[in-house]
Amino acid sequence: MSALNPANAAPMPARRRSPWRSRVVIYGLLLIFAVLYLMPLVVMVMTSLKPMSEITGGNMFALPHDLTFEAWAKAWGTTCVGLTCAGIKGYFWNSIKMVVPAVFISTMLGALNGYVLTKWRFAGHRMVFGLMLFACFIPYQSVLIPMAVILGKLGYIGMNLKDMTGYSFGFGNATANLVLVHVVYGLGFTTLFFRNYYAAFPTELIKAAQIDGASFFQIFRRILLPNSAPIFIVTVIYQFTNIWNDFLFGSTFAAGDNAPMTVALNNVVNTSTGVIEYNVNMAAAIIAAAPTLFVYIVAGRYFVRGLMAGAVKG
Amino acid sequence: MTATAVPAAAPMRARVTLRQRLQDALPKLVLAPSFLLILVFVYGFIGWTFLLSLTNSKAFSNFNFIGWGNYLKLWTWTFETDPPSNWYTAIVNMGLFGGLYVVCCLIIGLGLAILLDQKIRGEGVLRPIYLYPLALSFIVTGTAWKLFLNPRIGLEKAMHDLGWTSFHFDWVVNPRMMIYCVAIAAIWGSAGFVMALFLAGLRGIDGEILKAAQIDGASTFQTYRRIIIPMLRPVFLSAMIILINMALKSYDLVLSVTGNNPGGAAELPSTFMYSYTFTRDQMAVGSASAIMMMMTIAAVMVPYLYSELREKSR
Amino acid sequence: MLKKSKLLAGAMLAAFSLAIPAHAADVKEVQMLHWWTSGGEAAALATLKDYLAKEGYTWKDVPIAGGGGSAAMTTLKAMVAAGNPPTASQILGYYALDYAKAGKLNNLNELATKEHWADVIPKALQKFAVTDGNWDAVPVNIHSVNWLWINKAVMDKIGATEPKNFDEFIAMLDKAKKAGVIPLALGGQPWQEATMFDSVVMSTGGPDFYKKAFVDLDPAALKSDTMKKAFDNLAKLRDYVDPNYAGRDWNLATAMVIKGDALVQVMGDWAKGEFSVAKKTAGTDFMCYRFPGTDGSVIYNADMFAMFQVPADRRGAQLALADATMSPAVQSAFNVIKGSVPARMDVPDTAFDLCGKKGIADVKKADAAGTFVGSMAQNYAQPPAVATAYTDVVTKFFHGQIKTSDAAVTELVKAIDAAK
Repeated sequence: MSALNPANAAPMPARRRSPWRSRVVIYGLLLIFAVLYLMPLVVMVMTSLKPMSEITGGNMFALPHDLTFEAWAKAWGTTCVGLTCAGIKGYFWNSIKMVVPAVFISTMLGALNGYVLTKWRFAGHRMVFGLMLFACFIPYQSVLIPMAVILGKLGYIGMNLKDMTGYSFGFGNATANLVLVHVVYGLGFTTLFFRNYYAAFPTELIKAAQIDGASFFQIFRRILLPNSAPIFIVTVIYQFTNIWNDFLFGSTFAAGDNAPMTVALNNVVNTSTGVIEYNVNMAAAIIAAAPTLFVYIVAGRYFVRGLMAGAVKG
Repeated sequence: MTATAVPAAAPMRARVTLRQRLQDALPKLVLAPSFLLILVFVYGFIGWTFLLSLTNSKAFSNFNFIGWGNYLKLWTWTFETDPPSNWYTAIVNMGLFGGLYVVCCLIIGLGLAILLDQKIRGEGVLRPIYLYPLALSFIVTGTAWKLFLNPRIGLEKAMHDLGWTSFHFDWVVNPRMMIYCVAIAAIWGSAGFVMALFLAGLRGIDGEILKAAQIDGASTFQTYRRIIIPMLRPVFLSAMIILINMALKSYDLVLSVTGNNPGGAAELPSTFMYSYTFTRDQMAVGSASAIMMMMTIAAVMVPYLYSELREKSR
Repeated sequence: MLKKSKLLAGAMLAAFSLAIPAHAADVKEVQMLHWWTSGGEAAALATLKDYLAKEGYTWKDVPIAGGGGSAAMTTLKAMVAAGNPPTASQILGYYALDYAKAGKLNNLNELATKEHWADVIPKALQKFAVTDGNWDAVPVNIHSVNWLWINKAVMDKIGATEPKNFDEFIAMLDKAKKAGVIPLALGGQPWQEATMFDSVVMSTGGPDFYKKAFVDLDPAALKSDTMKKAFDNLAKLRDYVDPNYAGRDWNLATAMVIKGDALVQVMGDWAKGEFSVAKKTAGTDFMCYRFPGTDGSVIYNADMFAMFQVPADRRGAQLALADATMSPAVQSAFNVIKGSVPARMDVPDTAFDLCGKKGIADVKKADAAGTFVGSMAQNYAQPPAVATAYTDVVTKFFHGQIKTSDAAVTELVKAIDAAK
């Protein structure tokens, strides 16, 4: 018996309301933490709205004197990423092209894996799951070189395919490579999430459907998928954040034209010489984080609900 | 949860047609691509790294085997304390940083979750505040924290400007304390996620149990200590696994918060592995340290996976 | 059945290999991996890009900032491992030799002979551009690290003049301290401390000692009393930095000198770019002196472009890139912006400012006198494994984890031995 209720948990029971004094303490603590949590973001936002003269001379927490959105405009449209000075806007699309398929594929595979590992168990299923789960823990730095070798081979195949058929089928394409890498190293997590969720899903329903003659995929599509919204939200958010924020793989396998947002951001922020434009850096940082911030703020509630529905089950 | 083991594949039939056999193999076929990807890209690469760790690879990989020399090197470095070797510093920091990070994230995460679970007004506003740091990439939050903690321009100066002249906080420029600054930034980044996990766990607890406890006259504190927190055990485990994994992988954060690790004082196994593999031209030593890192993870993970999977089969 | 599939596989393989020479026309594009992403550096590199554009070559930029090029080096390693290297990559000293020895670089001998590179590039630098008699990389510039950058107004205020030896340097720092200015602006990052120590060693022991210790790695020199004295001198400098120096970026330290918060910074000549951006003039706003006691010697590092083995159809563009890089016009324009000195010794110094002119003259003099030596901290005296071991010891000493100069030299010998 796990401590948690399955997906469709009963609504929360009424809990005793504490006396007002403890309410003050509770709100006080929550507010203190909220302030602590927001401080870095506030500093970042305020810095991004100040001209450079105010940043180097003034107090970090002071409100902007001459409010300006110049830094934002510059970060978006004109700041230099290497020799090209067209801002970070172009890299947005690169990231999206990579994130969407990577999240979709890894999530779908995770769902199918979870389904098989809970409802179609076979001898050794535990071993298989254990091996897949341990894959979450491989240090990424140590896979870069062998991965590069394999991606190089794929590129070679792509070149030949292109010569023979005129089309490379995505082999050797930097974005496709990144999608592959992220799918591979995301599989452990997505499988874990879905397996734990489906483990709590009533097996009787599956059995009944089998007796009715439903096939493997029919059961998945008609019975499991419609009931998987919460865990899909958790998995998608988790994968989206991780892949969007990845720097190591992006910089190693997709430098140059196909570079994702984080690589461009790093080139803006991490300069070795020259005046550091803190306002532009901070603006670029917030822009780069905008999609993930949006996801957390809008879907945060569903995130907790989804976690509650099964992802945290031991 | 009472997960009854599902019979391996569909009910047996007397006559097995080809179609039927395919049907039976379908679940395995669905799982196979994911499993194969992981076998190659995770276990294949671990094997490759292990082989490299037995060679004298320098700038590039070669396969001139020299036996256990690199492990011996690491082993000797483990006991070099005066002056501390990089590896010794990395291990000590891992203990300090990892311990603080995991413990503080658990405490803050659980604390915030419990507070948020007290029927709070404005939960919808507070929750994303605690969650948002997850959405930001370390490339930027590291820089922001470095500025923020810098005594000359950040927090200390701001406090002095506000009139609190005795305020003193210079950890980020003190090599002895630097690693704690990394921990602060890292805890800020992940405690919100842990909070979400615990909040989901708390919401899943059956209200009847609490009512019963209260009728028995248990105080709120006692209810939490004796009943609720023990029931969250699976959440603790999940959270710890995710946190340990993140602690071992922290890399960009260390370099950006400390300013490239002055005095070698903020070395961690991940930075050690990366620098030996890619910038110090000692790929074999880097590989050996990667294997040591994975062994450490395995030492933590395997018992967990074992107990976890055994429990599931009950 | 089996045989048939084997045949099929064979046919496919043949088709694959036949298909390769299908690309006929030359690709007029250079793909360049580099970590010059900030203002001055990018502007300097843009001169090369513009030059190539005039010749009809497009520039495919692959910039990866961070960690003084370590992120870019990781990417380069991955690209080479994938068999898909860039046309050229920015590279430092011994890393170029790594790739050359692994047979990953292209031969430029024909062009080199035609353009007489061997006659115009300092011999010491050719070591990194030529492997086994083959040119495979081209140097763009020469930086030197034994410079002092001084705020002139502060220097005048405290009544100091150019220090000629280490003791005078300390005396000057003392004056600044008394006047309430931060005497020494230092960024407390390992590479910055080690780069400063290069100069300290040169100043303490002279060029012959420097070569014996760092180029020959003579253990006797490494643990000699002179080396101990160098560490003691480094420790003296520690008294003149402000308490918040640890982890500071070098350009923030330069900014302290520019603003007059600090008197002096010990840094390579890339620091000059910061002064130019701040619209400061050499000689009136700031002074560039050789590190006291190192006049006549130049501790150099250089930026080079390694030319990788690219498919035949990209070879033309690669040669054009090498030719452009080595053209006197680019060498002059590039280095005026970058703050460094041309790698070609025959480039006129007319376009350079006071410090640039002095730099060019110093390099020529030092090259002739045999006192033109590679920087240990910057990977131009020893391969990365040894150089980083050295940096480890210096930074640990500077931050107090190694407590005495005795321990420091013992540790230095040990660390270098372990890394060799």
